[in-house]
Amino acid sequence: MSGSSSSSVAGRDIVALEGVTKRFPGIVANDSVDLSIRPGEVHVLLGENGAGKSTLIGMLSGLQQPDEGRILVDGKPTPITSPRHALALGIGTVFQHMMLVPTLTVAENLLLGGPWWQRPRTEELEARVAEITRSLGITVKLHAKVSELSLGEQQQVEILRAMVRNSRLLILDESTSMLTPKGIDELGALMRRLVEQGLAIVFITHKLKEAAAFGDRISVLKLGRKVGEIPPERFRALGEQAIISEIVELMFGKQKDDPEAVERPVRTVRAEAAPLLQVADLAVAPTDNAPGLSSISFDIRPGEILGIAGIDGNGQKQLAEALAGQRAATSGSVRLEGIAIEALSVGERRRRGLRYLTDDRLGEGTVGTFPVSINFFLKQVGAAPFWRHGVEQRGEIDERAAQLVREYDVRTPSLKTPVARLSGGNIQKVLLARELAEGAKVVIFNKPTYGLDLANTLASRQRIRDTAARGLAVLLISTDLEELLSMCDRVAVIANGAIVGTVENTDDARTRIGRLMIGLAA
Amino acid sequence: MSIDTAPTTSAAALDATSAAATRRDILHRLLMTLGPILIALVIAGCILLAVGVDPLAYYGFVLEKGLFSPLGIQQTLTRMAPLLFLAAGLIVAFRAGMWNLGGDGQFLLGAVTAAASAPVLVQIMPSWLALTFSFLIAMAVAMIWSLVPALLRAYQGVNEIITTLMMTFLGTSLANVLVKLVFRDPSTTVPQTRTLPVEDRLPRLFETTITSGLLLGLAAIIIVHLVMTRTAFGLKLRIVGANPRAAVHAGLGVSGLTVTVFAISAGLAGLAGAVDIIGVQGNVRADWNPAYGLAVIPAVFLARMNGFAAIGFVFLLSVLSIGGESAARRLGVPNHFTLVLVSIVLIVLALAEYVDHRYNQSRKA
Ligand SMILES: Nc1ncnc2c1ncn2[C@@H]1O[C@H](COP(=O)(O)OP(=O)(O)OP(=O)(O)O)[C@@H](O)[C@H]1O
Ligand SMILES: [Mg+2]
Repeated sequence: MSGSSSSSVAGRDIVALEGVTKRFPGIVANDSVDLSIRPGEVHVLLGENGAGKSTLIGMLSGLQQPDEGRILVDGKPTPITSPRHALALGIGTVFQHMMLVPTLTVAENLLLGGPWWQRPRTEELEARVAEITRSLGITVKLHAKVSELSLGEQQQVEILRAMVRNSRLLILDESTSMLTPKGIDELGALMRRLVEQGLAIVFITHKLKEAAAFGDRISVLKLGRKVGEIPPERFRALGEQAIISEIVELMFGKQKDDPEAVERPVRTVRAEAAPLLQVADLAVAPTDNAPGLSSISFDIRPGEILGIAGIDGNGQKQLAEALAGQRAATSGSVRLEGIAIEALSVGERRRRGLRYLTDDRLGEGTVGTFPVSINFFLKQVGAAPFWRHGVEQRGEIDERAAQLVREYDVRTPSLKTPVARLSGGNIQKVLLARELAEGAKVVIFNKPTYGLDLANTLASRQRIRDTAARGLAVLLISTDLEELLSMCDRVAVIANGAIVGTVENTDDARTRIGRLMIGLAA
Repeated sequence: MSIDTAPTTSAAALDATSAAATRRDILHRLLMTLGPILIALVIAGCILLAVGVDPLAYYGFVLEKGLFSPLGIQQTLTRMAPLLFLAAGLIVAFRAGMWNLGGDGQFLLGAVTAAASAPVLVQIMPSWLALTFSFLIAMAVAMIWSLVPALLRAYQGVNEIITTLMMTFLGTSLANVLVKLVFRDPSTTVPQTRTLPVEDRLPRLFETTITSGLLLGLAAIIIVHLVMTRTAFGLKLRIVGANPRAAVHAGLGVSGLTVTVFAISAGLAGLAGAVDIIGVQGNVRADWNPAYGLAVIPAVFLARMNGFAAIGFVFLLSVLSIGGESAARRLGVPNHFTLVLVSIVLIVLALAEYVDHRYNQSRKA
C-alpha cells in the first residue's frame, strides 16, 4: 500500500517498516505490514483486540524480531536486537502492560538501565522529572515504591520514563486507558508540543475520538494486515465525524454514526427493594504513599449501578480490595443481603455472591503461564463439575472454556495457549467472562472495559447493564466519564479516599461530577 | 465479528504441524539436556586430569560399579529409595514456589525417630504394624520440625530459604544429640541407636539385595506428580507458586496452603530418612549425615520438577554416587567429587539454556 510512497520519501522517515511479518504458533500476528513513522507526526495505530498492534511495536522496541521484512532506521535497514538497542536508537516505549519493577521506588525505576559503573545521577533526574511533570500537569511520587501505586499512576511513571530518555520516537501503547478525560487532554496537548519539537509519536488507542483529536496520520490494522491509512493531508481535510466514520468502516466494515453515543439507561430500580450491598463507615489505614479510605458509606439496591468516578489513585483500588476482602479494613461494616461480611475471607465472600473484577489483569487477575482454559476457573478451583472429588475433569473444563471463548469472542489460538500470550483486550475478555458467570449477586467492576476495542467495549457495557437488569447490584469504578454516564444510575465521586459527593445520573450530571472532581460542591 | 473462520478451515493442517512441532520440541529438549551433560563430563574429566587421575578410568569405575556390575546396580536401586522420597518432597515445595532447603535436617530427624522407635515397636506388635508406626512417627516429627519456617513464611513473610537452612543446621545437631544422649544403644561402645534386626527390616525384592523401599519411593513420587498435575489441590499449590497475588485474588487461603506445603515436603523428607533406616541401615550412627537432601535438589531442577523425569535423574544421581564412592576409594579422588560433577552439569545446563536463547534471538534478527 505505502510501499511506493515510503521508498520515495524514505529520507524523511525516522523509522519505517517494510513488509514486516510476525508469526506465533497458530496465528499470523503481523502480515507484511508497511508503516512509515515521521518526525512531527502523531501516527495513530488502530485495530481490534488482537489485530497485532502491540506485536508491531514490540518489534520496534526490540522485544521481538520480525520473521520477514525489515525495519529501516533513518533509511538504513537496522535490526533492532534488544530493548537496550532500541533505546540507544532513540525509540522509547510505554508498553500496554506495566514493566516497572514493583519492589523498587519510582526514582530507582527511572534510573534503571544506566551504565553499571556509574553512580545513579539522582539530582539530575529530579530536575529533569520536575521539568517534565510540570509540562505534563501530573505529579509523580519519586520516592514511592511502585507496588504502592495504582495502575494509573504507574502508567504515568512509564510515560515519564520514556520521556526522561530523550527519545526521538515515542511509542504509547494504550497509555490513556487509565487517565481521566482531563488527563487525556493534557497528554494530547503534550504530544502536540512534542511533535512540534520534531519528535515522532506512535499512539495506540481504542478511543476513536482521541484518534481523531490527537492524530496526524492513522493506520488501521485488521487481523494482522494493514487495511488502511489516512495520510495527514486527508486527515486535515476531514472533520472529526468524517474521520471516525471512515475508521469505523475500515475497522468493522459497517457504518454507524457515533458508535460511542449511547443514550442514558432508562432502567427501573425498585426503590422499595432492600439494598443488596450496604457499606457503612468503611475505613482503611493509609500507607506512606497510598491513600487510605475514610468513612465510606453507600447502598446499592438490586438492579442498580453505582458509579465511582475520580482520578486514578484516589482510593479506588483500596475500596475494591476492602470490599472483596483482599485488604483489611480498620473499621466499618459491609453487608451483603443484610448479612455482615466484613470479617469473611475473600473466598467466602465470593461464595456468597460477591464478585470482583480487578483492573490488574496480569498482576493478580490471571496466572500468565497457565492455559486460557484454567484461567477461566481460577476462582472456582475444586468446584464441580470441573473437579470431581478433587480430580480435574479435563473434558468439562475444556467444553465450558470453549463455550466462554465463543460467547465472549476471546481470540486465542487454542485453549491451551498461556493466557499471557493473548493480546491485552483478549485477556480482559477472559476476566469478564469469569466474573459474570453464574452465582453473582453483587459485582465490583474496576475499569471493566479497559483495553477493549470499540465493539467489545459496547458489548461488555451491554452485558453489565444486563447483569444489573437481572437484579444484581453493580459497583462500577472507572476513570472514563462517558462510561459512567452511559451506565450508572448514580455516580459517587471519590477523592483522597473519601466520597466527596454522589449525584443522580440526570442531564446535568456531567457538570456536577466535573465540579466534584475539581473540589467544588456539586 | 467473525474472525474465527480462518483457523477452522486449516484446523487439521494446524494440528499436523503442531504435532511435528511438539516432536521437534521433545527432540530439542533431549538435545539440550544430554548435550550439556556430555560437555560437563568432559570438563570434569579435565579437572581429573589436572589432579592426575585418568578420567577414563574414573568414569569406567563409576559405570562399572554403579551400573553394570550386578551388585552395583542393586546398590544403586537401593540408594534410590530415600532419594525418591526427598525428590517428591522438593517437587511439592518448588512447584508451590517455596524453597524448602531444610531437607537434610528433616531427613535426619526422621531417620533418628525411625531408628529409635522401630526396634522398640517390633517387640510389642507385628512387624508390619511396627514399621508403619515408625514411618508415621518419622513423618510427624519432620512435619513439626518444618513448622517454624512454615509459620514464619505464612504469617510474617520471612524468607524460607534462610530459615530452612538454619533449621537444617539445628536439625542435624539435634539428631546427633538424640543419638548420643537419648537413644544411644547401651549394649555397644560406638555411639549409635539400637539396631533393627535384619529380618524385621523392609523385605528385599525377590532374590536381590534391592530394598522394597524403592517401590515405596516410586509410588510416592508418582502420586506427588499426579496430585500436582491433576487435582484441585495441586492446582492451588501451583497457583500460589506461579503468582501469589493471583492466589490471594482468587480467594485461596495462602497461609494455610503454605503451612500445608511445608508439612508435606518435610513429611516426605522424614519418610526418606525412615525408609533408609528401616529398609537399609537398621540404625543411625552418631555424626551420620549423607547430605542427600542437597544432592537431590539439582536432580529435581534438571527434571524441571516433573515427577517422571525426576525418577530418571535420581537414577543417574544414584549411579554417580554409588559408582563415585567406589571409584573414589580406588583412585584416591575425594568422595565429594560426584557433587562437583553434578554442579558442573548444572552450570553447563544453565549456560546452554542462555546460549540457546541468544541463538534463537539472533537467528531471527
Ligand atoms: N508472545 C506471543 N506468543 C504467542 N502469541 C502471541 C504473542 N504475542 C501476541 N500473540 C498473538 O498475536 C496476536 C496479536 O496480539 P497483539 O498483542 O499484537 O494485539 P493488539 O492489537 O495489541 O490487541 P489489544 O488491543 O487487545 O491489545 C494475538 O492473537 C495474540 O494472541
Ligand atoms: Mg495490545
